[in-house]
Amino acid sequence: MAKEQTELLEDEPQNLNWTRKHLLDIDSFTVAEYDLVLKTASAMKEILSRPIKKVPALRGKTIATLFYEPSTRTRGSFELAAKNLSADVINLASASSSIVKGESLIDTLHTLQAMGVNGIVIRHSMAGAPYLAAKHAQASIINAGDGWHAHPTQALLDMYTVFEQKKHLKDLKVVILGDSRHSRVARSNIWGFSGVGAKVTLCAPLTLLPPGMNYRYHPYQGVEIETDIQKALEGADVVMVLRLQKERQNAGLMPDVREYIRYYQLNRQRFALAKPDAMLMHPGPVNENIEIEPELIRCPASVIDQQVTNGIAVRMALLYLVIGGKKDEI
Amino acid sequence: MKSRLIIKDGLIIDPARSLEVKGDLVVEDGKIIQSGPGAASSFNQNAEVIEAKGMIIAPGFIDFHCHLREPGFEDKETIKTGSLAAAAGGFTTICCMPNTQPSADSTSTLSYIRETAARDSRVRVLPIACVTVDRAGKTLAPMIELAEAGAVGFSDDGSPIADSWIMLRALEYSKPLGLPIINHCEDPALVANGQMNEGKISTLLGIPSSPAISEEVMIARDVRLAEYTGAWVHIAHISTAGGVEIVREAKRRGVRVTAEATPHHLSLTEEAVMNYDTNARVNPPLRTQEDIEALIEGLKDSTIDIIATDHAPHTSSDKNQEFSLAPAGISGFETALGVVMKLVHDGRLTMAEVVSKMTIAPAAILVGAGLKLGSLDNGSIADITIIDPGQRWVVDSNAFLSKGKNTPYNRMELKGKVAFTIVSGQIIFNGTKNSQTL
Repeated sequence: MAKEQTELLEDEPQNLNWTRKHLLDIDSFTVAEYDLVLKTASAMKEILSRPIKKVPALRGKTIATLFYEPSTRTRGSFELAAKNLSADVINLASASSSIVKGESLIDTLHTLQAMGVNGIVIRHSMAGAPYLAAKHAQASIINAGDGWHAHPTQALLDMYTVFEQKKHLKDLKVVILGDSRHSRVARSNIWGFSGVGAKVTLCAPLTLLPPGMNYRYHPYQGVEIETDIQKALEGADVVMVLRLQKERQNAGLMPDVREYIRYYQLNRQRFALAKPDAMLMHPGPVNENIEIEPELIRCPASVIDQQVTNGIAVRMALLYLVIGGKKDEI
Repeated sequence: MKSRLIIKDGLIIDPARSLEVKGDLVVEDGKIIQSGPGAASSFNQNAEVIEAKGMIIAPGFIDFHCHLREPGFEDKETIKTGSLAAAAGGFTTICCMPNTQPSADSTSTLSYIRETAARDSRVRVLPIACVTVDRAGKTLAPMIELAEAGAVGFSDDGSPIADSWIMLRALEYSKPLGLPIINHCEDPALVANGQMNEGKISTLLGIPSSPAISEEVMIARDVRLAEYTGAWVHIAHISTAGGVEIVREAKRRGVRVTAEATPHHLSLTEEAVMNYDTNARVNPPLRTQEDIEALIEGLKDSTIDIIATDHAPHTSSDKNQEFSLAPAGISGFETALGVVMKLVHDGRLTMAEVVSKMTIAPAAILVGAGLKLGSLDNGSIADITIIDPGQRWVVDSNAFLSKGKNTPYNRMELKGKVAFTIVSGQIIFNGTKNSQTL
């Protein structure tokens, strides 16, 4: 591991052992756990720079990806991560399996169980589905996104990407711009970045922020709400733009896309309000010309492609930690 | 020879007469003939005797809101199993909601329910009929005919009457019948796809949520419509502090509105949904501690007239799936008393208040249907519930007599249990024996 990397922990880190059987959410992660994930990811990233990007850490283990929602990058990223660790991978997607025949989630899990898989990576449109899975499976469950609830591996790869560049996370101003009401990416990033001492600001019209968040309920301590994009972006270290889902664009949550673009699109002029060294992130896929001006997508500040690469390293780290690879085989 | 039952030495609580006295109760041929201190002594002891020392003798509980699922959903519950569960919960009269298949919007379905109940049930089963055909909220059901066929109220149950024009016509049309229109007040447009209370927990869990205001706006509309027509609206399972305040204010103005609260809304908050527990998924959703406080306050000042279970049994496969797919509802008959008694043990409600809300108060709502229940006065029908208030027991859903094992109280310890349930002088449930049914 590179020596110059700053520890997340201010004190000397303890030799933390991974204790989680499943990765369902990061809402109860300790700083030490974040630290372990990021360090392990860093080791995995080194593997990705080798000419032969393969280690035997998970040889003989079988991992199933079980996707009830369409996904390109997350599923592909998990598959590659598992293969880089020499695990065998089977992919089940809702369109091409018994799921369309009305097979229940619990049935599917029992089937995978009987096949002897060691880990199940699950993506589901309904919040909490991985929790149901964890109740019924002996295999490790890894949440690859459930409804609006959580996308823990996305948050961890986002944290890793920022950490890699900034060398620290504490006190950074992280602005999450866009529809956080319906966003699992936002929810997990709120936990992650707040959990290591960064300052998170959510920016969107109130109709796209978690309901009643700023005037009635206070689910997240220390998370700021700012409906004015200019004020939100001022002094930002990280600007994370969220996708405005197609089905939300005409759902009555805002007048129309035109007005959204006018007041909430991240464009060059607005991005200039952030710090000069601010990072620009997007979990993808990008709606060009809607939430972000096309010129920004691959501008020097953008780390959108690094997020994808780092996603593989972070997922390797998580599969390794959760499913249990042997340390000397990395 | 006359059949006689003597209940000795209990605490008689009869809120209809504001009576709370230690004594005996004598039942002959299904009627109460004598009660009070030493009442048994003047009678031939050659009778069936229940020793009720340390127990409470109350009028039989009346549940104005339950789901028996028959016809149509017999895998969830039947009139037979539902009535057994009701008896175990101390209920002697239960009013079943019309969300059956077919819906109870015709005299034939109503007759089916009444005939099945006459055959299969030892508790009184009184059907509530639909307000609109197939509960679709479009066309009024034949309410006069349904009232003649034994309906004790009208409701579209889980389908709120969203169209204000239909609600107004329903109130007008049913007014001469003297029966309530029972509305599930949750504005569907505001509920949208909501599956739990909107708030801190829903945000953390990422579950689509419905706000308290979705209940409040419809209660506000309904009390205004009731005021306008002079008709009677009954608010089912009120769950919000705001809703309680609207009903309180309407009652102050003299609006003909009654309201009910469920044991679960009186005892559990949205926190029960944490970990995606589908057994805590219910409509309207579990709210907050603030709402619970307002419901208790509402019971105390009679803004809320009655406690009703909204017993809603589901199969284990219904509940054992993704939170968003699991149907809403709690199997409530068998835990109702124990759950509500926590409020008594905690000093929030008196025993007499609880008994009142579960007996004479719902009986008053049934008066329009020509039934005289809910009292232990001489000459009354001998529907009696005997309660052991101090008995501690642990909820075991597998031991439920209901087919619905869906309870958020499983493995919780409750204090207060039904010892005997008596309908027309016949003991139909004996909770002091190991064998639960008679």
